Amino acid sequence: MRALTWHGKHNVQVDTVPDPQIVNPRDAIIKVTSTAICGSDLHLYDSMIPGMSNGDILGHEFMGVVEEVGPRSTLKVGQRVVVPFVIACGSCFFCGKQQYSACDNSNPADKSDASEIAYGYPMSGLFGYSHMTGGYAGGQAEYVRVPYSDIGPLVVPDGVEDDKVLFLTDIFPTGWMAAENAEIEPGDTVAVWGCGPVGLFTIKSCFLQGAARVIAIDHLPRRLELAKKNGAEVLNYHEVKVREALMEMTAGIGPDACIDAVGMEAHGFSPDNIIDAVKQETKLGTDRQHVLRETIMACRKGGRVSVPGVYGGIGDKLPIGAFMQKGLTIRTGQTHVQKYLPHLLDLILEGRIDTTDLISHRLPLEQAAEGYRNFHDNPDEWTKVVLKPQ
Amino acid sequence: MSEQPMSTDAEVESTAFTDKDRVEGEHEAASVRAVLINRPRQELYDFWRDFRNLPAFMENVKSVEIMESGRSSWIVAGPAGADFELVSEITEERPGEYIAWRSLEESDIDHEGWIEFRDNPFGRGTEVRVFISYDPPAGPVGKVVAKVLQREPRIQARRELRRFKQLMETGEIPTSKAPDAAPRADRHL
Repeated sequence: MRALTWHGKHNVQVDTVPDPQIVNPRDAIIKVTSTAICGSDLHLYDSMIPGMSNGDILGHEFMGVVEEVGPRSTLKVGQRVVVPFVIACGSCFFCGKQQYSACDNSNPADKSDASEIAYGYPMSGLFGYSHMTGGYAGGQAEYVRVPYSDIGPLVVPDGVEDDKVLFLTDIFPTGWMAAENAEIEPGDTVAVWGCGPVGLFTIKSCFLQGAARVIAIDHLPRRLELAKKNGAEVLNYHEVKVREALMEMTAGIGPDACIDAVGMEAHGFSPDNIIDAVKQETKLGTDRQHVLRETIMACRKGGRVSVPGVYGGIGDKLPIGAFMQKGLTIRTGQTHVQKYLPHLLDLILEGRIDTTDLISHRLPLEQAAEGYRNFHDNPDEWTKVVLKPQ
Repeated sequence: MSEQPMSTDAEVESTAFTDKDRVEGEHEAASVRAVLINRPRQELYDFWRDFRNLPAFMENVKSVEIMESGRSSWIVAGPAGADFELVSEITEERPGEYIAWRSLEESDIDHEGWIEFRDNPFGRGTEVRVFISYDPPAGPVGKVVAKVLQREPRIQARRELRRFKQLMETGEIPTSKAPDAAPRADRHL
């Protein structure tokens, strides 16, 4: 089959690779009909994430049709499914609490040493996101093997086009959980840093969860425009001082909740330091957490900070005094996709959310490398890329 | 920025929870490891007690043959492609709770170990603790080789227990390898 594979920094290409096969009883093979490039894929593209091997297949936002099932899968051949980017077993302590991205079992034992040493406990398996998350082949391909297919994939009805439901795989639940973590109350003003796809779904979700007002912060004009179209008031941080503007707009009290939808900057996990950490169990690379600092400083007293943005290493100079003295709450985590899927599908089917306005480009899978390059180099014009295997 | 190493592991002194490389044991390499498994204690004990089940999740163990009087012969993949035979006998057992074993003279490697199954007092399943200790093949040189191949007892115990938990809780062992490379793709329960 054809698949988008990683070959080093700024080097991805579509190769011919072996088709995936059923390995375990609960597996299913999905024939991919649509798949997207995620902002976090760019960290892989920038070679910022350790644990990558030449030829690894990328992609964790994918959907398609069930092609083949193992004897213990509950799916049926021919069903149309969206697949969460998080792989979860459904039977461990964490899955029992619906904390699916904390699944204790989905990361193979020989791959989980790295995250166990780096973070104290092994992280769950993900699709297409380095060997630290299990080394599972991703979905920017014609076919994908989906483990624990009785737990993850959600069957979607015919008659709803792919583009409308594709983002159930990652960015819609991510934005939803980000808004939920902001614990929105009636009358709240929520400030969202980052108007990328996750930021946009966060803005949409904040309004759906009852926010009275959303202020969105970015610097790219088209992304700010998209945020505005979704009801946010926008701040361009190249043009205004964000904290001053937020104070003025909220008449001195500050936003009730602040959401960091930016995460670590391009310096990322600093691969040398993570590899060192695996060897030395002490040091981890320093994440650049400018946005996190700003959310803590900007948030009103007693307010909430929600962090969907991804971080990987050790933070430097966190305003912990402001955090404590203002009595803030921070809630964060990788998305527990499985928890939210059914409700979010309902919202889409009821027409209560537009899930496609952020798509700027649709390309055949064969042009995936061009998609990566442009998404990386021209983020203002290329806001979200959806790939279609032919 | 301070150069002091930051602790990302809690320094816990109790040997019951410690994942240390040098735990007391007769042999050169030893480890204690604990895991919490969301299954009933008796089910876990019964599965483990039939040692023929162990190759299902112990990657290095190719086969186990049960002999008389609590003895068993284990064929284990060693470093550099050579297989070893471990011959052990059960030295103590408390049904449903505890099994201890040690090697016999005919064993290629001297080793001992125990496994303990305890109900979690707060309803979260079973607490499983394993102690293994052995003399790595060919002394200190062998230990280096073993380390390179990631077969130190600490790493081994961690991985075997994780796979045991995965198998017991989910009915299968997750892998990202292709079928021909995946360990024992035929071991469906």
